[in-house]
Amino acid sequence: MSNSLSPSSNAFTRTEEIPVGGAGAQFFQETAALTRRLFIQLARRPSAFAGSIIQSLLWLFLFSALFAQAPRGTFGVGGEYIQFLAAGIIVFAAFGGALNAGVPLIFDREFGFLNRLLVAPLVSRTSIIFASALFIVSTTLVQALLIAIASFAMGATFASGPLGALVVALTVTLLVFGIAALSMGLAFALPGHIEMLACIFVINLPLIFSSTALAPMRFMPDWMKVVASLNPLTYAIEPIRYLYLHGDWLLTAPVVETFWGPVSLASCLLILTVFDLVAFALVGTVLKKKLS
Amino acid sequence: MSTEPAVRIRDLRKAYGAIQAVDGISFEVAPGQIFGLLGPNGAGKTTTLRCLCTLERPDAGELFVSGVSVTADPRTVRRYLGYVSQEIALDKILTGRELLHLQADLYHLPSAVARTRIGEAIELLGLTERANDRIKTYSGGMMKRLDLAAGLLHNPRVLVLDEPTVGLDIQSRLSVWAFLRELRERGIAVLLTSHYLEEIDMLASQVAIIDRGRVIAQGTPEELKRRVGGERVTLRIREFSPAEEAHRAADALRALPFVKEVIINESQGNALYLVVAAEDPLSTVPALREALSQRGLPLFGVAQSRPSLDDVFLAATGQTLQDADLAGTQTGKKKKK
Repeated sequence: MSNSLSPSSNAFTRTEEIPVGGAGAQFFQETAALTRRLFIQLARRPSAFAGSIIQSLLWLFLFSALFAQAPRGTFGVGGEYIQFLAAGIIVFAAFGGALNAGVPLIFDREFGFLNRLLVAPLVSRTSIIFASALFIVSTTLVQALLIAIASFAMGATFASGPLGALVVALTVTLLVFGIAALSMGLAFALPGHIEMLACIFVINLPLIFSSTALAPMRFMPDWMKVVASLNPLTYAIEPIRYLYLHGDWLLTAPVVETFWGPVSLASCLLILTVFDLVAFALVGTVLKKKLS
Repeated sequence: MSTEPAVRIRDLRKAYGAIQAVDGISFEVAPGQIFGLLGPNGAGKTTTLRCLCTLERPDAGELFVSGVSVTADPRTVRRYLGYVSQEIALDKILTGRELLHLQADLYHLPSAVARTRIGEAIELLGLTERANDRIKTYSGGMMKRLDLAAGLLHNPRVLVLDEPTVGLDIQSRLSVWAFLRELRERGIAVLLTSHYLEEIDMLASQVAIIDRGRVIAQGTPEELKRRVGGERVTLRIREFSPAEEAHRAADALRALPFVKEVIINESQGNALYLVVAAEDPLSTVPALREALSQRGLPLFGVAQSRPSLDDVFLAATGQTLQDADLAGTQTGKKKKK
């Protein structure tokens, strides 16, 4: 038995590894590292992001053309349909991006890269989810800005100024965080990428069409009003739409007439926050169950 | 340094549905030791390592790394271990250096320490010239070396390597071996699995031979081989003998008083594998040839050998490692996700 513990000046000799910094600093370090990886991937493999930008601009262009001849005022906004549509497409794009957040994770799982993260002494494995959510939020905000610029060029003006724009960003962020977390949960729970893609396929467009993205709530039959009132997308779309139209905006102003009555801007944000908390709790449970 | 073993596994059990992958495995790895787990595919080697590295929850049994319980305090154990899995799992769009930086951050190394260690790991594994290239441009051997560098970065107490040389060309295999010897010099314990006999024989100072989820023999390679004992002679009647002929020959040879055992090795063209009681095994050749020719059988070739780890496996299971490997492949694949 050769247990030669020869001392050497090299850094790889056995020394006790006491990491510096508390749990908070460590959580930040691991989250930052995982986020950085996603941005490197984006920079070197930008086609998915470019594709989703092109797609959302196409939606903007095609849907606005579809109802271009509708009588003014049909959609309850002063200007053309694009004025109504911009908010819908911003959320459409944000939702699509967030829903796909779990796809890279499922490939990491299938290729075994996830094991590298699971054998590491992460403070919390939610850093994996957190990193992904942060990444998706930042790409989605860029995308939202591009859609806003394109809509402006097509005639949609944004009424509520820089502060209103911040509230839009907050709304998008809240929605994306929750949806991305759920998508990551699916990526852990489903057997593989085929099932994941099928799931995304089934969820994506139906959730858009059963929200107020393309048409207002009052156009819908009662059963659909119920669905749209339960759909979290509605609570992201309507605040943004309200901010698009109102220069004199208020947090307490009602922004949507749901099946059960009016909901204010602040309440919409609260609903999205609760949605995020529920989503994170749910995914935390999935993680615990799948990974221990 | 504490006197705790680097790894202590006691009566580990893990089943996947109806398949009992690990069925009561126990062993200990001393600090600074290279410990080899040898066994055919599907024997339970990888499952044992996955349980140790907190990737699987064991059904029963105790696992300790440096005295810390794997199930009670997995985070501390993760910090003590470096794990390099069998499949090369790298993000190929990153450069080698970027991957190592990611790894350093996952183990919370301070950035100055990380920089030094990464530089050294890159040098140690001979990746200096390619460290800033994307991993997708690396050869299989380079990827494996990068993976090893990553496993070593946080200075683990125990490096756990699952089949570190499987699928590698000779050149890369040699450099992995050199690296493992280097680690032994530095006092890092290594737990490695392999189904290459020579690899374990050459590198490991302790071996546990595993079959069907159980440890069937354990000791130093020399001990194990000595325990099996006997001198060995391999006979070939023809270059590739028909099975029927091989069986007739085996019967003829078993009748000889100095022949203790005859095994027909199907994967070697039905060569006859003999354990003989003789100081000089080659002195038995005339008698062997005589016994064969009495039955009208020719003799194509004779070779002498010392007991190998394969003989240890053979003695314990009645099967060569290679045959067990073929038989185990089906069950071994099923449990992988």
